[in-house]
Order: sequence, then structure tokens, then C-alpha cells
Amino acid sequence: MAVSAHLRTFRHAAWLGWQMESNWTRPWLFMIYSIARPIAATLILVVMFLVVKQGVANDPAMFAFTYLGSVFFMFVAQVMMGATMVIMEDREHYQTLKQLYIAPISIRVYIIGRAMSKLLLTSVSVVISIAFGILVLGLPLDLGTVDWPLFAAAMALGISCILAIGIALAGITFLTAKHSSGINEGIGGAFYLLCGTLFPLTVLPSWAQAVGMAIPLTYWLELVRRSLYPGSAMEAISGLGALGSGTIMLYLVVSTLAFLAASTLIFRYADRRARRAGKVDMTTSY
Amino acid sequence: MPLNLRAAVGRAYPRVIGALREPSWTFFDVLLPLLGIAAYIYYYRALGAASSFEGFVVLGGAMTAFWLNVLWGMASQFYWEKEIGNLQLFLVSPMSRMALLAGMALGGMFSAGVRALSTLFLGLIIFDVHMTVEEPLFLAAVFLVTLIAIYGMGMMFASLFMLYGRDAWNISNLLQEPIYLVSGFYFPVRALGPWVSAAASIIPITLGLDAMRQLLFGEQALGLLPVATELVILCVLAVAFLVLARYALRYMERLGRKEGRLTLRWQ
Repeated sequence: MAVSAHLRTFRHAAWLGWQMESNWTRPWLFMIYSIARPIAATLILVVMFLVVKQGVANDPAMFAFTYLGSVFFMFVAQVMMGATMVIMEDREHYQTLKQLYIAPISIRVYIIGRAMSKLLLTSVSVVISIAFGILVLGLPLDLGTVDWPLFAAAMALGISCILAIGIALAGITFLTAKHSSGINEGIGGAFYLLCGTLFPLTVLPSWAQAVGMAIPLTYWLELVRRSLYPGSAMEAISGLGALGSGTIMLYLVVSTLAFLAASTLIFRYADRRARRAGKVDMTTSY
Repeated sequence: MPLNLRAAVGRAYPRVIGALREPSWTFFDVLLPLLGIAAYIYYYRALGAASSFEGFVVLGGAMTAFWLNVLWGMASQFYWEKEIGNLQLFLVSPMSRMALLAGMALGGMFSAGVRALSTLFLGLIIFDVHMTVEEPLFLAAVFLVTLIAIYGMGMMFASLFMLYGRDAWNISNLLQEPIYLVSGFYFPVRALGPWVSAAASIIPITLGLDAMRQLLFGEQALGLLPVATELVILCVLAVAFLVLARYALRYMERLGRKEGRLTLRWQ
């Protein structure tokens, strides 16, 4: 299929996703609905930190480690789930998936396009959270010292990886209607626990550290933190201090490519199975 | 009365049977909170917190089963029933709407109770958390009154959400993490300061959790108010929410009939 056709699918799917997310209520209410939940999740961690440490100034590096991990994990929770929810919504709720299959478009490009509204909203939540962290909580972040090229490269790879996982899960959703939300949330929860989101990997048992080291999101979070805090503060905490940023970038590239390949295979397999089993237009009320 | 009793039992039945008939859901319902609990416990360990904080996390994580059930199994329920066309059938039948809500609450308490107990048990075993129950009757009373109060709140929300469209879904979403935050699911609520804690006490689970933490962890729980006072407030809240639910249900049903919104879908 021509690139221009994919771009057109992507653009219209992104527009559709945005309209579905936002056009049913007033903009301010929509913004509150969209950002309050992820920001509250981050504030829970802030209060837990303050209860134990009695102030950000008592351990600013650890505070920054946790805060940034939690804030950037919003992309995993929102964008990955956003991609998988496309199948549930279009198949079960709106019952339009069969029409999309008949249309001359790529379903994977359509899913990516639909996830863009989540990506945009999550980006707003992340910016607000970081601004709140700096202005209110005393997050020690100096935007003048940020390694922007490293940050941009890490974000591009990280978001690609999250979308790849989302597409794989969307494929699995075709086949597991009544378990799809459990599987999706379970995988999201496992990433939250195993990727060094809130605490250094070294706190986990050794087997869990090994699993965490095999997930690209671990390297993505590490690079995001290192790019925002050039120096050695983050490396000293994370448990990945022995690895240079170049090595971690290489790991991220390789593991992201592996996840992209796995995602393509999983989606193709699930898509074929779903068509054969007549599950593309199935409604289960789950 | 026999009709309403039958309606309540009839509405509770599918929830109880549903919880037992699909064991794989129980697996996910127990596993998912455990992942979150594990993350918070390792976080506390990384911060060097006292071991009692790990107990707060296990207790709070177990209680999320009830709160999530209140939000998604009670508050949003009439919205879902409207979407799939059941609400009109409920309204046509001669039963009391409160009996219907009571049945939903009883069935929900059972299914959420199974999940909460499993989460609590596994959390205690896996993370080697120690709790001491010195006053079991007091603890049981606090727990039961908390459940009645939060399910009363859920019944009230169910009535208010009856006419909502996608707002119902979004408000329930909005009442998850923000409530975990202000109600102190994972830390002593007193840490939020007196004004926020006092405001959050309107949500029964805030005082219920605080009282249970005090009864299980003693001084380390950093309680907000004496447990007896919290129990009295919880009793008042339980009665208040049940009464408000009754009025809200009547008002919203009348409004819905007048505006023709009781069968409106795809809002």
C-alpha cells in the first residue's frame, strides 16, 4: 500500500480518535477527566516519599528518580492501553470494526492513528506534571542543562516500542475478549513493577531484575532520566550505572526492533486467527 | 416485602455466581492489585520506610477491591444497564429500586470480598507483612460499617449517574487514583494535613481505612481520630448515604421519565 494511503489513514484515524475522546463534553471538563487521574497517581508517590523522607531536600536525587519514572510511565499506561482499546471499542461498543476491515486501509496504521489522541493527552499530562513538580514540589530539574538530542532520541524509540507492544496486545484482544483488559492491565502492571519505574532495579529479587533487563522500557526510562539529569546522579541510583548512555541506547534500539518484529508477528497471527474464527465482528458484552 | 427480597436476591445472584463461574477473572482480579502492591512495597523499601508501611500498602491494596466494585459495579451500573437495554426492564417491573441496588451491593460485596481476602492473604504471605489483631470485634465492626457506608455511597452515585452518558464512565475513572490519594490508601491520611484529611473524611473509606490501620498497626498507623470516634462518624455516613440514595433515586427517575432519558443510549 502506498505511503500516501497510510498517511491518509493515519491522519483520519488520529482525527477520529480525537473526536471520540473529546467532542462529547465541554473542553475544560474533558481536560480534567483526562489529566486528573494520571497526575493523582503521581501525587500518591510524592506523598509516600514525603511521609518517609520528610522533604524533597532530604533526598532530591531519589525524588527526581521516582517522580520522572512515574510521570513518563503515563505514556505506557495511556498509549499502550489506548492502542488495545481500539479493538474493544470498535468491535464491541461501536461495532464498526468490520467496516474498517472492508475499507482499503491498514488496520495497524489505523490503530496507531487512533492512539495519537492518547499520546497527545498524555504529553499534556506529562508537561503539566513536570511543571507542577518544578514549581510546587521542588523537583530539581534545570531545563537549561537537559541533553535534548538524547531525550528526543529516547522518546522516539520509547514511544515506538510502546506502540509496538500496544499493537501486539490489540492483536491478542481479538482472541481474548473476556480476558483482554486483565491481560493488558497485567502487562502494564508488570512493566510498572519490573522496569525500574519507581525504584532502582537492584531493590528487586535477582530473577525480577533479569526480567526487567529484558524489557526495552527499562532502558527507555533510564535514558529519559539521564537526558534530563546529565551527570551521574541518576546512574548512581538506577542500578544501570555500569552501562554508558551509548550502550543503553544500543540496547534500547535492539530491543525495540525485536519488540517491533514480535509485535508484527503476533498481530498477523491474531488477525488471521480472528478472521478464520469469525471474531472480527464478534460482540461479547465484555 | 417478599417481592423486594426476591428482587434483591435475584440481583445479587448473578454477581455471586459470576464471581464463582469465571475463576480466571479471580486470577486477574487478585494478580493486578498484587502487582501494584508489590511496586509500592518495593518503593517503600527503596525509601527505607518502616515495615509497617508495607502493611499499609497491603491493607490499602486489598481495600481497592471494594472501592473499585463500588465505582464500576455500583455507581456506573445503571449506565451500563441503560447501554445494554436492561434499565427499562428494571423500571417496568414492580420491585423497589432500592431493593435492586441492595442486591447489587450484596452481590458486589461478596465478589469484592473474595478478591480482597485473596489479595490480603497473598500480600501478607509474599511480603511477610505482620499485623496484630488485638480487638477483632472492633475491627469487624469498623470493616462492616465501612462497607455499608461505601456501598451506600455507591447506591447514591448509581442514582445520580442514571441519566449520565459517558460522564458516568469518566467520573468513575476520575474517582480512582484521586480517591486513593486523598483517602490515604497507601499511607496515613494524616500526612495530607488536617484540612485535606477532614475534607476527605466525607468519603467513608478514608476513616474506615484509618481506623483499620490503627487497629492493626497501633501507634505506627498515625491515626487521624480515635477509632471509636471514627466508627461513630462512619455510622452517621452510612445512614446518610442510604437515605440520600433513596431520595436521589426517586428524583433522578422522575427527571429521567420527564426528559425521556431513561432509555437514551450512545450519549
